[in-house]
Amino acid sequence: MARPLTQNIRPGEAPLDLAAYRQTGGYDTVRTVLGRTDPAEIMRMVADSGLGGCGGGGFPTGRKWQAMPPIGERPGPRYFIVNADEMEPGTFKDRLLLEGDPHQLIEGIILSAYAVQADFAYIFVRGEYGDAIRLLGHAIAEAEQAGLLGKDIFGSGFGLTILLHAGAGRYICGEETALLNSLEGRRAIPRAKPPLPQVSGLFGCPTIVNNVETVCNIPHIVRHGADWYRGLGVNGAAGTKIFGVSGRVKRPGAFELPMGIPMDEMIEEHAGGMQDGYTLRAALPGGASTGFIMAGDMDVPMSFSGMAAAGNRLGTGTAIILDDRTCPVAFIGNLQKFFARESCGWCAPCRDGLPWVEATLNAIEAGAGRDEDIDLLTGMTEDLGPGRTFCALAPGAMASWATGLKYFGEEFRRHIRERSCAWN
Amino acid sequence: MSTAEAKLDEGERAAIADLVAHAPTPRAACIDALKLLQARRRYVSDSALGELAGLLGMSTAELDEVATFYNLIFRRPVGETVILLCDSIACWMLGRERLAAHITARLGIGAGETTADGRFTLLPIVCLGACDRAPALMIGDALHGDVDTARLDALLEGSLWRGR
Repeated sequence: MARPLTQNIRPGEAPLDLAAYRQTGGYDTVRTVLGRTDPAEIMRMVADSGLGGCGGGGFPTGRKWQAMPPIGERPGPRYFIVNADEMEPGTFKDRLLLEGDPHQLIEGIILSAYAVQADFAYIFVRGEYGDAIRLLGHAIAEAEQAGLLGKDIFGSGFGLTILLHAGAGRYICGEETALLNSLEGRRAIPRAKPPLPQVSGLFGCPTIVNNVETVCNIPHIVRHGADWYRGLGVNGAAGTKIFGVSGRVKRPGAFELPMGIPMDEMIEEHAGGMQDGYTLRAALPGGASTGFIMAGDMDVPMSFSGMAAAGNRLGTGTAIILDDRTCPVAFIGNLQKFFARESCGWCAPCRDGLPWVEATLNAIEAGAGRDEDIDLLTGMTEDLGPGRTFCALAPGAMASWATGLKYFGEEFRRHIRERSCAWN
Repeated sequence: MSTAEAKLDEGERAAIADLVAHAPTPRAACIDALKLLQARRRYVSDSALGELAGLLGMSTAELDEVATFYNLIFRRPVGETVILLCDSIACWMLGRERLAAHITARLGIGAGETTADGRFTLLPIVCLGACDRAPALMIGDALHGDVDTARLDALLEGSLWRGR
């Protein structure tokens, strides 16, 4: 099975340095593509590959790029930004790529920036990822010394500077327009769209923001072609994906598998199934912003389209397991506490609604719930849902909440009825 | 290390000028500059914030608006070592509350508090991206996964020993 994204990653070992990375054929594309291949052709190749945004949105990467005005129409600075602000609860896949193969990311940035003709790139890494920051800084310096970055790379006429920004916290920085505000030295609050960042992004210039894993796919697509990439997926999906499983499984971890692999196969074969004494009850397929899937429904393919067909979202593709010995009300309460705290406060439904949800859930868990709480919380799924807020934070919070209410409603009512939590 | 309340010294001013020189606008350097001062002073005092605002051409209010938004910028004194204990879902399921209780029993501090001797501050943190090694925490800059109370004791001992 092809594992392009993790082919160079050896657990517990330092990542490949520049020389070793080049020996694997790394950066060959920089010489063959820059100044020789039409940037529009790279965009078309990425669009044809079926690659979708791996930060959780799944939006087709090629189409995102194609929404950038061509450099002829819009001269001036253009930015290509890597979102390495991995903070979605249950998500630990970008860490693997950042620490495991930093040159793969840099090669991806060079090719992506060339495709959209951006002359500046930022890598926005969350501040807690100290190892990733150090390793990336070293890899960027190696690439600069080798002439892979800087002015007129290999005489192609294309130049690129990569800047590394270590964040100062807050989940909302991972929202692409909030991330732009943070890079400008402002509070990380989302911006209204339109205009899209492709038209008016960082400092008002055309800007692309892509997730780490998305960018790491680019060298492989450029090297082997869109058809090859599409062929890596199963069940109608394209490429590979870094999936992961956490919770009470035998082998929690992250693993690169074909996009579209059934969820139960991922949990049973790759995460080793449940630990002894625990039974699989449900899972969130890709972080705290995705909806529950019950144990009996896990033949669903782990892909953007497969999850959409099931009324859910793939999110980051790193699943969180709910076992039979964990209270679902408390589980959901933990998720809502996270969202309430991380709301940036910019719009009222999120700022005021989420603490209300959190407090109500805490009351139910503590045995102080009231019958009308269920109706109130049900209404919240609409009030905080899509279309009511600047960004996807509150709607994401409602995904696990709405499905939790659907599947575990009787448990909520039991908490209220018995005025206590049966799991404690 | 400078004391938090002291005026910015020449080294700090030069380092901030360097950040500004490499940033598209002075303001774009403000988060890096806050982190730079904090690394030397442990936290960003009112006086340091005011001086920095002047260097960046921002008002004190504009800079404080930024400083108070980000949870890794400290505007109040913290201990020598900050413990960031993950409280997101995987760590919560796998025993982070037990670790929090153990820290409280051992060091006498809860979330947001600093030990009387100024050694440790305990803060909650969003998912540290180490869910496969839950429960996880950071002690200073170092990430630790698969932590139980015995391991936590050893880590705290090690940290105390290094602090002497």
